[in-house]
Amino acid sequence: MAMTATPEAVHSRAEATYRPAANRLGLWLFLASETFLFSAFISSRFVVSGTDQPEHLNQGLALLLTLLLLWSSISAFRAEAAMAHDNRRLFQREILTTIVLGVLFLVGVGVEFNEALADFPANTIYGSSFFMLIGLHAFHVLTGILALGVVWNLGRLGHYGSDNHWPVEGVVKYWHFVDLMWVAIYPTLYLFGGS
Amino acid sequence: MRQLLRAVIFGILGYLVGALLTWLVRGGSLSDEVCVVFGYVVGLIGWLFGIGMGDTWIREWFGLPARESEVSGWKRYLGFSTDHKVIGVQYLATFIVVMLLGGIAALILRFELAQAGEGILNADRYNQVMSMHGILMVAVAVAAILGSFGNYLVPIMIGADDMAFPRLNAVTFWLIPPVAIGLLAAPTLGSFDSGWTAYPPLSVVNNGGQILFVLAVTTFGLSSILGGLNVITTVVTMRAPGMTWGRLPIFVWAAFAASMISLLTTQFFAASLVLIAMDRVAGTVFFNGAAGGDPLLYQHLFWFYSHPAVYVMVLPGFGVVLETITHMSRKPLFAYKAVVVSLLTIAGLSVIVWAHHMFTSGMAEYLHGPFMFATEMISVPTGVIFLSAVATLWRGKLWMKTPLFFAMTWVFQFLMGGVTGIFLADVVTDVSLHDSYFVVAHFHYTIMGGMIFAFLTGIFFWFPKITGRMINDRLGIIFALWLTIGFQLTFLPQFWLGTNGMNRRIADYPEQLEGANLFSTVAAFCLGASFLLLVYILLTGARRGPKAGNNPWNASTLEWHVSSPPPEHNFSGQPTVVGHPYRYGTAGSRHAEFAGMTAVEQIPPEQTGTGEGGDYE
Repeated sequence: MAMTATPEAVHSRAEATYRPAANRLGLWLFLASETFLFSAFISSRFVVSGTDQPEHLNQGLALLLTLLLLWSSISAFRAEAAMAHDNRRLFQREILTTIVLGVLFLVGVGVEFNEALADFPANTIYGSSFFMLIGLHAFHVLTGILALGVVWNLGRLGHYGSDNHWPVEGVVKYWHFVDLMWVAIYPTLYLFGGS
Repeated sequence: MRQLLRAVIFGILGYLVGALLTWLVRGGSLSDEVCVVFGYVVGLIGWLFGIGMGDTWIREWFGLPARESEVSGWKRYLGFSTDHKVIGVQYLATFIVVMLLGGIAALILRFELAQAGEGILNADRYNQVMSMHGILMVAVAVAAILGSFGNYLVPIMIGADDMAFPRLNAVTFWLIPPVAIGLLAAPTLGSFDSGWTAYPPLSVVNNGGQILFVLAVTTFGLSSILGGLNVITTVVTMRAPGMTWGRLPIFVWAAFAASMISLLTTQFFAASLVLIAMDRVAGTVFFNGAAGGDPLLYQHLFWFYSHPAVYVMVLPGFGVVLETITHMSRKPLFAYKAVVVSLLTIAGLSVIVWAHHMFTSGMAEYLHGPFMFATEMISVPTGVIFLSAVATLWRGKLWMKTPLFFAMTWVFQFLMGGVTGIFLADVVTDVSLHDSYFVVAHFHYTIMGGMIFAFLTGIFFWFPKITGRMINDRLGIIFALWLTIGFQLTFLPQFWLGTNGMNRRIADYPEQLEGANLFSTVAAFCLGASFLLLVYILLTGARRGPKAGNNPWNASTLEWHVSSPPPEHNFSGQPTVVGHPYRYGTAGSRHAEFAGMTAVEQIPPEQTGTGEGGDYE
């Protein structure tokens, strides 16, 4: 029987049909897996220190950090929508806004760490949970910022278009996820318990 | 080769840079654990960069075109290949070697235990060898089947040309060598002696080798998570036209269910080990009771992964054995749908049973009942799978070649493992059996009997497909019998030893237990020696065995309808699936048609069984 197409041609045709679905599913599975990681650490905080809360917690700074991160999710969403409509300039601006907000968040975490070290060092049980959870989250923010930097640069070089911007979509979804994890960590450390 | 060399150099340089920078910043000694941690992390990044991430992903992140590796022949196996078949073979070879290393450690332990009192190992050294044996074998059990056959066969069985994320797949494999190096380098920092379970408080205060254990095993967890993610995505998105969920070969279902478990729960193992590392290195007090921490927290986090992990080990084993049994007894797989439901049920139940490992650990008493109940629930779906294996064999036309021999010994051993497990799931009996050799015998029957024997079944069943050659079947059957008998003689006495008061993880024991221990040791060496025969069979088979042809077992699933070994991209045209894979005995039944190939799926009548037991469409 005659060959209708070379294996390579069949290969690339098949690739085009499943690739978008595979990318999206892969990302969601990764995020589901990460959710288990965060839930392990969040539940550890309640196991070792119940709903105890230390005397000094910089509630103002924490609220500010939360607002920064929520705002960054809006700008990330706007960046993705801009690329979907081929609006490159808006895309560059919004990605940059997101990166700046992310960096500000990390600076804020640094300030918070410095204060917290004085009030409840890591060798206290609340301090252990506090530094572990915020550190884990800050690490994810850092990787998110690096990924945003990559798509910002590739967008600037003209690699993406309205029908070709999976990396932007993926990175923005990851950023939303990191944001969502903060929405769980913030009440865990700052709002539960206390007076 | 070039990539591997570069990876080694970058890995070593990375380690030195990480460790030296940390040392410069904080002073102290270069072998301090903080330096080791940073060295390992930077070294791991260097390794991955050198092996191929630098050529592919990282170049693309900077807007440069990726450099694909273009080596061919055997050199592909030593480099960053994205071909799922190459990766499958890489896993297979790696884990056979790791299994032999773990086996040597086991023989050293048995040698020490041949007599009461202190022999070749003192108590500390015994614990270190025991820990090394444990973690190496756990790694084999978790990754050997899923990594090798999962990678090699899942894409072909579903009619796809590769895994969904080929580069990620390569990274998943190349994370394994740093794990092996990390574990085997642990003796340089004083080794680790807290078993593969690494319970605190011991694992927080023991020698520095423990930190390498933590780093290596966390890396292994990452590999396991990424591998699971890849298998699930592949099965969901890349099935050939007509390959509905109800037509998936049972091994694919098993790999899918096991991947779900490893994708989600492995994070808890990573979390528990990160907490250990933090307690050791960063001064946190999670497991320090005096400062308000709780060592039990570790056990909860750890077993939340490590109990489901036993299903990551045995579910692919179930898949391999059922696959072999149905093809080689020439009968439809009995109760296919019930088996699929059971596999998924086991995956679901596996995450609500973990605390049955903790009945004697001081956990709250009201938890005992629910965890006992949930654990015993699992025996229902497991029983269904066992029943399916037996009922498929029943009145089949058994083709007694090496793979079916192994599959049948599996049936017996898994029964032993399952039945003895009930005593450990039951709080009343577990309280006295806990931490005894009864537990050791039980889990060797389930994990070695249930997983290693399934691994060997798979090796012998798919060997013709992977190498294109047949093994010497007579030697194969001799090996199967030798191993099986050696295995029973080694571990059956251990049930008796356990009920008579021999504790596990201790180098010494009361003198009246000497006879059975000596017996077990002699049998263990007999068992160990049989693996030399395995190596001989595989090597001579691969080099000089007779040509196998495409389909030596006359089997129906897709991997048997491409050449042996399969060509690049697996199929020359897109296969279309038109029927269930296991309809042996039904005249004219077909599993698949191939565009551009003659579609043959007629099973010769003299090779078919009765056709009983199928519940398809």
